Amino acid sequence: MSTWHEYVQRDAPLPEWPYPIRYGEEDALVTDVLVLGGGIAGCHAAINARRRGAKVVVLEKEATKWSGNGGAGVDHWLSACTNPCSQVTPEELTDRVMADSGGYDCGPLRYVNAREGWDALLDCERMGVRIRDLDGEFEGAAFRDPETQLLFAYDYQSRCDLRVYGHNMKPSLRSELRRLRVKVVDRVMVTALLTADGAQGKRVVGALGIHTRTGAVYIVRAKATVLATGLPGRVWSFSTEYRPTFRDPNLTGDGVAVAWEAGAEFARLEESFPDSGAFAYLPYGVGNAHNTWHGCPIVDANGKEVPWVDRDGTELRTAAERFRPSPGQRFMVGHGQRVPASYENHVKELAPDLPQRIARGEFVLPLYADLSRLPATERRAIFGLMVGNEGKTRIPVYDALTRAGFDPDLDMLQVPVMDPAAYGHANFWSGMAVPHWRQWGCGGLVVDWDLRTSLEGLYAAGGAVYGAGAHSSAAASGRYAGRKAAAYAATAPEPRVDRARVEGEKARAYAPLRQSRRSIGWKELNAGICRVMQDYCGEHKSERTLREGLRLLQGLRESEASTTFAANPHELTRALECRSIITVGEAVMHASLARRASSALLSFTRLDYPTVDPPDWQKLLVAKLVDGKVAVGELPLDYHLRPPYAPTYEENYRAHCDA
Amino acid sequence: MPERTSFGKAGAVPAKAYMVPNPPTPNRAIDFEPDLCNGCNRCVEICRSDVLMPNPEKGKPPIVLYPDECWYCGTCVLECPRPGAITLLHPLNQSVSVIWKRVTTGEVYRMGMLNPPPPNPRPPAG
Repeated sequence: MSTWHEYVQRDAPLPEWPYPIRYGEEDALVTDVLVLGGGIAGCHAAINARRRGAKVVVLEKEATKWSGNGGAGVDHWLSACTNPCSQVTPEELTDRVMADSGGYDCGPLRYVNAREGWDALLDCERMGVRIRDLDGEFEGAAFRDPETQLLFAYDYQSRCDLRVYGHNMKPSLRSELRRLRVKVVDRVMVTALLTADGAQGKRVVGALGIHTRTGAVYIVRAKATVLATGLPGRVWSFSTEYRPTFRDPNLTGDGVAVAWEAGAEFARLEESFPDSGAFAYLPYGVGNAHNTWHGCPIVDANGKEVPWVDRDGTELRTAAERFRPSPGQRFMVGHGQRVPASYENHVKELAPDLPQRIARGEFVLPLYADLSRLPATERRAIFGLMVGNEGKTRIPVYDALTRAGFDPDLDMLQVPVMDPAAYGHANFWSGMAVPHWRQWGCGGLVVDWDLRTSLEGLYAAGGAVYGAGAHSSAAASGRYAGRKAAAYAATAPEPRVDRARVEGEKARAYAPLRQSRRSIGWKELNAGICRVMQDYCGEHKSERTLREGLRLLQGLRESEASTTFAANPHELTRALECRSIITVGEAVMHASLARRASSALLSFTRLDYPTVDPPDWQKLLVAKLVDGKVAVGELPLDYHLRPPYAPTYEENYRAHCDA
Repeated sequence: MPERTSFGKAGAVPAKAYMVPNPPTPNRAIDFEPDLCNGCNRCVEICRSDVLMPNPEKGKPPIVLYPDECWYCGTCVLECPRPGAITLLHPLNQSVSVIWKRVTTGEVYRMGMLNPPPPNPRPPAG
């Protein structure tokens, strides 16, 4: 007997909510540094603020021990440019990434990642995460350094991306938080930032949240706050019935919503990518040759191998060539970096014309991922090390597949049978994207070289900052932001919390408990919001339809969302998440209205402004709320290298890092 | 508490029926082995989505209340001190496409098949 249905169908009474109900009760905390989000960025921020002597509180919506998008493990540690084997400098990597992103990435975030990513990994090693092949299982492999026992990924020559045994990353960080006596409060969803005098645009002095099990309200007064919440999801695509399982479904943009409402400045909000939503397959659990499975041979139904090609389209003759740069190429940039492909950063790939060749009958479906064709160390690295340690693959893929009898030494894993067009990228498990089912792009908070946002007292790390990044970026930027927040808190004046704001927020947060059941619940509301986003903020956008979309979101906010009911603290949290999603959607639509040009770099199409990336629109549009109204400004793409900052990454880092 | 119906017992048609909503989809997500699980609730404490709730009867396996909110992260399995007490069950629309073929024999297998091959006992690296 496991399910609720089984439990109730035995004449047992309907089970009561298992946790004490504490609606309206207040838990007040006072601290130097408040970290919002206990994922990878948040844990590193908290640890480093504490090491600088600050008193630290973490509010986490899930449970810190395994929480967050990176919470179930990690197999790649990207941008470890300062590891002893790296042949790439932080400056080189940052310059490459910034150039290939068209300048739209966040320079300070990328540089901090390249500069401190390795240091953050060493921190993790000290906490008990294994980062080396200590027992020599991979001895002799091209991706192993005999002296340091480090294992490399993607590019065995440049050696700045590492393979790690990171399945226990979060429990290790959690233990360190405990050891340092950081106060971690799990199961609290942040619903508002508190600002000086309760005013938009003023200093951030803490946050307010609701406990997801008891419904109690948490009011934290803090001298400095680090926003370390994850990338918003459930904005364009939502179904609990049949849904993708790649991204943590609890990440709903609560951090974006509360920072937006507090008046913080955002960039790159207009960007979104097509998503396959419910059409996706088990992530990394079906045949593919992407990221964790990079380099795996793909064969057709008759055993014919699909060729790998270099950046000139020339077929590679050996498997070893998949893992080293082309002649004349400085280094390759791995998939997880989320940098658009370029000739300079090109990673070896399956023949990009595979869809046409399947359509012509040159390759016969189904395809298979045949690890048995790789040398034993490569095979074991992909399936035993990477799949065995990556977030969400140790149990869901390694354990589930081996328990079912799969043996990578003997078996080929089938690639899903799809429309030929879906084979254009080796990330086969993601299925075929639907243009108007979008996923969050790289939008986030604008930061300076202290990783401080536009609001005094508010710092940001990881996915909360605009621009792309991966696990090591979250760790490195959390480390940096934690130091800076602690330094600010050391001299900052004692904050004061505006009581009227707290009362207003409490009334707003508990509203779903007072609603008649003749309204709708959170699931139906979430799906309705998504429909508006799909239709009015999908692939093709225009002034008129975006304005109509904003009107519809406002209508939902005033009607269905204001009467959504909740039966218990769990449903209450979900209903509040829907409000976050509406706010996120509004911010995206406002930013989309402001960019009156299309952009390939931002995956952004305006029907009424079809010109793609015209030079005068190659800039960051920054948006924020001022007195409740949206104000849009602009920043040069390289604002972080212009006055008042120094002209190089290195100089700015040295001046600000507090290392 | 004695079970007054034979719900869930293979082979027996229940004598009684209840008014219940359709089961949420995916139906189970997480399965407990009642003989191994001692109801310690460590999985309940760490589940990110609160899919699992403590059983009102102490010592009994948690109740899978919100299987429709499971992320399939498997951290409940990692957290469980009793191997085999928790099994992650992928939704059928994903498990049905996890298929593999033995290179030497051409035999085809899939996750969830009738008469599956024996498990591969090799643990992950590290």
